[in-house]
Amino acid sequence: MNQNKNGTKDNKKYILMSICSVLVFLFIWELVTDVLGIFKSTMLPSPVKVFGTFIDKFTNTKPDGATIQVHTLASLKVALSGYLIGVGIGVPLGIAMAWFRKVDCFVTPLFDLLRPVPGIAWLPVLIVFFGIGLLSKAMVIFLSAFIACVINSYSGIKNTRMVHLWVGQTFGATRSQLLFKVAIPTALPMIFTGLKVALGASWNALIAAELLASTKGLGFMINQARGIYRPDIILVGMIAVGITGAILGYLIELLQKLVMKRGWRQ
Amino acid sequence: MGNEYKVQVNHLTKKFGNLLVLDDISFHVKENEFLCIVGPTGCGKTTFLNSLSKLYDITAGEILINGMPVDLKKHNVAYIFQEYSNMPWLTIRQNVEFGLRIKHRPEAEIREQTDYFLDMVGLTKFQDYYPDQLSASMLQRAAIARAFAVKPELLLMDEPYGQLDIELRFRLEDELIRLWREVGTTVIFITHNIEEAVYLSNRILVLTNKPTKIKEEIHNDLPRPRNIADPAFVELRRKVTDLIKWW
Repeated sequence: MNQNKNGTKDNKKYILMSICSVLVFLFIWELVTDVLGIFKSTMLPSPVKVFGTFIDKFTNTKPDGATIQVHTLASLKVALSGYLIGVGIGVPLGIAMAWFRKVDCFVTPLFDLLRPVPGIAWLPVLIVFFGIGLLSKAMVIFLSAFIACVINSYSGIKNTRMVHLWVGQTFGATRSQLLFKVAIPTALPMIFTGLKVALGASWNALIAAELLASTKGLGFMINQARGIYRPDIILVGMIAVGITGAILGYLIELLQKLVMKRGWRQ
Repeated sequence: MGNEYKVQVNHLTKKFGNLLVLDDISFHVKENEFLCIVGPTGCGKTTFLNSLSKLYDITAGEILINGMPVDLKKHNVAYIFQEYSNMPWLTIRQNVEFGLRIKHRPEAEIREQTDYFLDMVGLTKFQDYYPDQLSASMLQRAAIARAFAVKPELLLMDEPYGQLDIELRFRLEDELIRLWREVGTTVIFITHNIEEAVYLSNRILVLTNKPTKIKEEIHNDLPRPRNIADPAFVELRRKVTDLIKWW
């Protein structure tokens, strides 16, 4: 009870401090731009100006041809399609690599060879093959998500404790019962970590891909703004990227809480 | 033919590479017997049990249950391990149900058996807790309930109480005897604790150092409930202790 009170008190203090830190940051920013004029508005626009542009961007399609919602949705569409395919293939493959010795021997060396290549490094070659449309970007996202999913599912399954398998075996469990009732539950926390890492990686890879080659999306919007010296739109784009990424992270956190009950959280 | 014994072990041999661990061991266990196996530390007791339960492939020999080669999918075997073996992602109740679900028993039986054995080991109140919320002795009791719940024809136990303090051990030993008499199963119990072996068993096999053989077989007909201060008990314990000493 007492501890609980302290807990909420600490919590309040924490929230207060966070708000302060953001306010101080905005204050200094405003100070060095509009108030003191250390940075010109063509280099670093003031927070007031950025906020104005942000609101304006919801309705204004200039100069990049679309509103911010349209760009965000375009980015999300690519990111999520690549992500879901990456998860759909990566998680089962990681599990299979860890569980079946033959798959492990056959796939793991190849995978270890490709793993250090960042997803975005595939983009030039993908553009050559597929152009700058949805497909090549989705492929980059797919590769980024896929690798994170494989690695985490693989080590999750490898974490399975021998004694848990033995319990199943002595009760006469089949191989597939051991996989579904022992190994996969053991791996679930790691699999979720993989899903989270993969989501972050997908989003990052997408923005990078859009900066390099695209016709819409947040990365495209940022790149266009750079070309016409509109730093306020660049900052608006960055903020939109940050907020969307944070919301995605929050959603997957929520999913994890729904799926995984207490026993998995130690 | 061959059905007078529950378990027959013939010429059991196990090698890890060139290291001979179990050297041509043969013995039989009768139905409903409580057999304790004792031996010096590191004599391969766990290897012995793991070979017996087919968790390890054996190098030579055969192990029969009811005259048939051991098949864990057909024979109803349960194993209580030395380490904690509850699944951390399942509640205590789900842990106790685990074996029954593996064996696809009907839902009514699962409920009935789980209720019964949770009650027997005194965990009914804690059935919805997760393993990380329970003490060491409760976890081992959950493992015992899980093993008994499938009504095993053969129950293997590998120093299940090795990590518990004396008081809890005494209590769980009495509980085990009670369950064993009630359920009527055949038990092979490994321990390095001689007092425990004399307290629990009908018969004791004393093992030698590696390569492991059976050094001696001792029948234990002390009346139950047993008293560890009883002169006959002390005498038997001394006899087993003398057999184990190798220094």
